[in-house]
Amino acid sequence: MATVKLTIDNNPVEVEQETTVLEAARSLGISIPTLCHLRELNQVGACRMCIVEVEGARSYPASCTLPVSEGMVVRTATPGVRAARKMILELILSDHPNECLICIRNGHCELQAAADTLGVREVRFQRMSRRLHPKDDSGSAVIREPQKCIYCRRCVSVCAGVQGVEAVGPQLRGFSTVIAPPYNLPLAESVCVNCGQCLLVCPVGAIYERDETASVWAALADPAKHVVVQTAPATRVTLGEAFGMPPGTPVTGKMVAALRRLGFDRVFDTDFTADLTIVEESNELLNRMKNGGVLPQITSCSPGWVKFIEHFYQDLLPHLSTSKSPQQMFGALAKTYYAEEAGVDPADIVVVSVMPCTAKKFEAGRPEMQSSGHRDVDVVLTTRELVRMLKEAGIDLTRLPDEEYDAPLGISTGAGAIFGATGGVMEAALRTAYEVATGKPLPKVDIKEVRGLEGIKQAVIDFEGTPVKVLVAHGLRHARTLMEKLKAGELSEYHFIEVMCCPGGCIGGGGQPIGTDSEDRRRRIEGIYRVDKNMKLRKSHENPAVIRLYADFLGRPLGEKSHRLLHTHYVRRSAHPVLTE
Amino acid sequence: MAQLVDDYDRESLTCFIQTHRNQPASLIQVLSHIQQTAGYLPKPVLVEVSEKLGLSLTEVYSTASFYAFFTFRPRGRHNIVLCNGTACYVKGTGAVRATLERELGIRAGDTTADRRFSLDVVRCLGCCALAPVVMVDKDVYAGVDPAKVPEILNKYQ
Repeated sequence: MATVKLTIDNNPVEVEQETTVLEAARSLGISIPTLCHLRELNQVGACRMCIVEVEGARSYPASCTLPVSEGMVVRTATPGVRAARKMILELILSDHPNECLICIRNGHCELQAAADTLGVREVRFQRMSRRLHPKDDSGSAVIREPQKCIYCRRCVSVCAGVQGVEAVGPQLRGFSTVIAPPYNLPLAESVCVNCGQCLLVCPVGAIYERDETASVWAALADPAKHVVVQTAPATRVTLGEAFGMPPGTPVTGKMVAALRRLGFDRVFDTDFTADLTIVEESNELLNRMKNGGVLPQITSCSPGWVKFIEHFYQDLLPHLSTSKSPQQMFGALAKTYYAEEAGVDPADIVVVSVMPCTAKKFEAGRPEMQSSGHRDVDVVLTTRELVRMLKEAGIDLTRLPDEEYDAPLGISTGAGAIFGATGGVMEAALRTAYEVATGKPLPKVDIKEVRGLEGIKQAVIDFEGTPVKVLVAHGLRHARTLMEKLKAGELSEYHFIEVMCCPGGCIGGGGQPIGTDSEDRRRRIEGIYRVDKNMKLRKSHENPAVIRLYADFLGRPLGEKSHRLLHTHYVRRSAHPVLTE
Repeated sequence: MAQLVDDYDRESLTCFIQTHRNQPASLIQVLSHIQQTAGYLPKPVLVEVSEKLGLSLTEVYSTASFYAFFTFRPRGRHNIVLCNGTACYVKGTGAVRATLERELGIRAGDTTADRRFSLDVVRCLGCCALAPVVMVDKDVYAGVDPAKVPEILNKYQ
């Protein structure tokens, strides 16, 4: 590719032709402030913070949308530029609530940080207050506070560009502008799938998860309650980030120790029910293959994806595996199998999940998720909410010893662990399906074709003469591509499709640390596969606790009890809820 | 607000939208046509626009709601336009507006439940010497005194 030479702050630099001035400056280590820029996703010049001086230009252009040109002379921090930036920031602040101290993003807010970096100590403009659009807390997972929005458009770009959902967009104009579902429909009534990718990129506190730490504190403080917790595969490689560890550092043992110190009566692992999901789901697949069932079968453990297909591809719902997600299988078993074993009244059990996901909050509240006779999962915390609880309790993760999960719902294999990465469910399912179908040991445990960050991956695995063709997609935009093909009849030779709602899979979920980027995702995926590699057992059907569960309680995969506790059904939702209000 | 009976020709709108199938760039043109023939942008029609043109409803609504030209409520039989240009503002549009809103029981931009009147505030009608000015359909009322409002409204059924 052709390159261009230019000068930034007296430093000569040579970059590729299409580079923006902002990126060229970054390559020199010059950081230009911005509140809206997301590389390749949201380069719209919305916030104007990144303005620079360009010799010969009449005004200060936004460097995030300005392509470099030969001989360009750029200055990024002249007195004029700094004064203009400060004024832009003051104008944003004049229209932003002054409640940093009690804001969910206090201390982690890009606007707050920019005000600090730019040394804003006063706002010269009369404070405006936008009361036009009230807080929208209709959703079980995601809350919007339009008064705090700075119109950066990141959420809009992610919702459309990464997820292909387009649940929210700008409406009206001027001071009335609001980023919302069409007709300002409450989020809960919209096509929003609760994935939370918007809140990972929101620079301020305008979108955030429903914080449910209070109900967990209350349960822990109630001596009449038996509080058990399950931790999702993907939380163990991200929890450490809030305590200064690099992304992808597995902190499984420390997390278990921390949860015990918070006062949970039992610390269990969603990896256990991930193994169980694999046993049920791969038997379901083999059953469909043998008996002419609907193929390809599609995974159903990602609740954002499930809501997506319910809204946009209702006619493809028969493809969806009926197996519940590991979270919901756990809840159903905790209040039946475990309650029996432990001799605790299920009515006194509180099941808490620690999830990388906001959509899990929605999933736990689905009316059909009560197969134990109670609400199966009572409270879902995101990784961030657990961080908040640990900090509030004064627990420093880094100083804790490694502890083990409790038995039996804490026993798992590497196959359960890789659920957290895109391709992981597929790999885990193939490890089991191969051995169940052929009765022979799998020649190669690592199925690397389905790993990695490419949007759509495929593989063919030879089941002793029967080629099994599989596809993996992550990020709903890629899922949409596959669904369009499936609708058009182009995927009929495939047997199994894994879809994860969020880019990278659960390690990149909406409940993970704010500001997650592709590099974080890559490192967390590495961490997940390291966890898998270090496990003694790496195939779900070899999990001794799962084997015992079938022997003592469930009977057999896809059996009557499994059907009642571990399988579910789906709902046809409108692609245009605005018409049904 | 009470549900109003559709009085637009859905079938002919559908035919028109059909001619722009899979042409997202035609959005503004399609919206203009609907606004001009139906008098507003009915919700079900916008959903149809989104499906046929291949755009999300979010995008269709974003675009439509940006322009003052487009409206989302059916219009009344009589259209009241109140000028809020500089001259009219100085000469007391505020009081006229308050009276109109009270008499009609609606806010500017809305339509009465019986579809008798729609009320819009614009700037400027271009006849500042007559401030404050109200137009009802094609009739111009100059130097409107709030007390004269009921009398004016009575002329239109």
